[in-house]
Amino acid sequence: MTDAVVFVRERSEPLDPPPTLSGGALAWGRANLFSSFGSTLTTFAFVALALWLVPPLVRWATVDAVWSAPDGALCRQHQDGACWAFVAAKLDYLRFGSYPIAERWRVDAVEALGAALIGWLLWPSAPKRALGAVLFFVVYPVAGFILLRGAPVLGLPVVDTLLWGGILVSLLTALVGIVFALPFGVLLALGRRSELPVVRLASVLFIEFFRGVPFITILFMANTMLPLFVPEAWTPDRLLRPLIGMALFSAAYMAEEVRGGLQLLNRGQYEGAMALGLNYPRMMALVILPQALTMVIPGIVNNFVGLFMDTTLVSIVGVTDFLEAMNNAFKDPAWSGPTIMATGYVFAGLFYFVFCWGMARYSAHVERTLAKGRRT
Amino acid sequence: MTAPPGTDGPAVAFVGVHKWYGTFHALRNIDLTVGRGERIVVCGPSGSGKSTLIRCVNRLEEHQRGSIVVDGVELTPDIRRIDEVRREVGMVFQSFNLFPHLTVLENCTLAPIWVRRMPKRDAEALAMTLLARVKIPEQSAKYPGQLSGGQQQRVAIARALCMSPKIMLFDEPTSALDPEMVKEVLDTMTALAQDGMTMIVVTHEMGFARQVADRVVFMDMGEIVEINAPQPFFDHPQHERTKLFLRQILR
Repeated sequence: MTDAVVFVRERSEPLDPPPTLSGGALAWGRANLFSSFGSTLTTFAFVALALWLVPPLVRWATVDAVWSAPDGALCRQHQDGACWAFVAAKLDYLRFGSYPIAERWRVDAVEALGAALIGWLLWPSAPKRALGAVLFFVVYPVAGFILLRGAPVLGLPVVDTLLWGGILVSLLTALVGIVFALPFGVLLALGRRSELPVVRLASVLFIEFFRGVPFITILFMANTMLPLFVPEAWTPDRLLRPLIGMALFSAAYMAEEVRGGLQLLNRGQYEGAMALGLNYPRMMALVILPQALTMVIPGIVNNFVGLFMDTTLVSIVGVTDFLEAMNNAFKDPAWSGPTIMATGYVFAGLFYFVFCWGMARYSAHVERTLAKGRRT
Repeated sequence: MTAPPGTDGPAVAFVGVHKWYGTFHALRNIDLTVGRGERIVVCGPSGSGKSTLIRCVNRLEEHQRGSIVVDGVELTPDIRRIDEVRREVGMVFQSFNLFPHLTVLENCTLAPIWVRRMPKRDAEALAMTLLARVKIPEQSAKYPGQLSGGQQQRVAIARALCMSPKIMLFDEPTSALDPEMVKEVLDTMTALAQDGMTMIVVTHEMGFARQVADRVVFMDMGEIVEINAPQPFFDHPQHERTKLFLRQILR
């Protein structure tokens, strides 16, 4: 039978809901875990692997672990568990390095202040975020530096940066890198696309130099070359040098990330903005960069994560970061023992993981929020 | 000697304008004067230079010889003059070029707030008035990606009108639209023309040209071939290339 040549609808087809999906955990399991012989085998293999690996690890970290002890003796007796007592005993050193004990409240204050301001900035519906940004990017660095470094005028004894160490230095390095990398990277990316040949050439040279040299080399160069270029009186101190190196290095990587975002934008966005009479700075700030930066959030956060881990390299030029402080702590003969190092490194790993994972989660959250707003 | 802006001179005056893309001669000795309140439709085969021509009016393209005076301001490399001209000249693009990260309302208020320094509340009131004029005030809180092509193009028109331009440029405003949406955009443009807006429109919509245009400009290979009022232009084209073009598109 063939269709009639002429067809005219007389009655509309009803709009039906889709066929209901069979629900329940059982149905889900059957569909996803045991759908075929191969899938069943894979499921069992991974369950077995988890059963084999996870319980001993959990036992090592909790039940068999030594939680408190005056020194390493107890840990040497319990060699099948972690020695958290070591971490507890060294925690102050791991946090502050050789920062004078009487002055450590200053570090606490700076860290608490920073955490509060970052929370303010990252919380999307917080009130007066612009004020928070000014406090964080302008007031906080100055106030934080004065508090950490000390100012005899204010009754705060000076603490030489050589004494700073541990988590304080790790967070400081990461923060300086992150805070400088993004704005500086944006400027470099715009410079690289500039119509002025001199600006373009300078940007390209800067970016390609810092991307073409290993970070360790840059640290050594910052350490030995920076003092040669500036007047003796201004010679940056031992801690500032790697910070400068870090900021320049991460800015170069950030610039390329931002450039990638700029290239994703259609020419029409520029033309639309120009035709409305927006000048270059406003066009960039209001139309181009908001879009370009959102498109490369994963790459930017990837850079931040990489930067955070690269902070461990500053120990090479004699700065005591968290990992270096951990290594120093191992040298204490009172805490020698076979489980000490494993515990210390697991703790260090957890420390870095928590920060990096936090950054990744936050960026995923931001991406989802933005995607919801401008569904296309 | 150019007249000060906002006086009696023509809205746009091209005198001996040439433009090259590399070695390609894209505009050849263009002479065209657009009066205030005049509606010009520019048509011609693809690659004839018609888009290039109107993009020169707000300096999205730079001409290399001759002079273009817009509302009494001559276009030179001086960025302040270019900005001055762009403030007074609105443009609607084939691909809308709305800002996808801003809502419809924010798209409309962006330039009034940042270029005209208008208070936010006034800018929003103005934008709502103009969105009502293009008949989509209820979409103001949405993002452009949530609208149909015809609605997006009407937002683009409202966005340009929010700057209270003296001249409106339309670069094939209906070419990217589905057929059923062309009419709503053309109706909006017709209403605008009836309010006395100076308009230069690049389009293939010959019905619109017939109904709205004061003059039709036919371009081919970078030069103006024929200019005439719509009725004689369509009914009695003079130049051979015009006749050929009209035969091809009207069939």
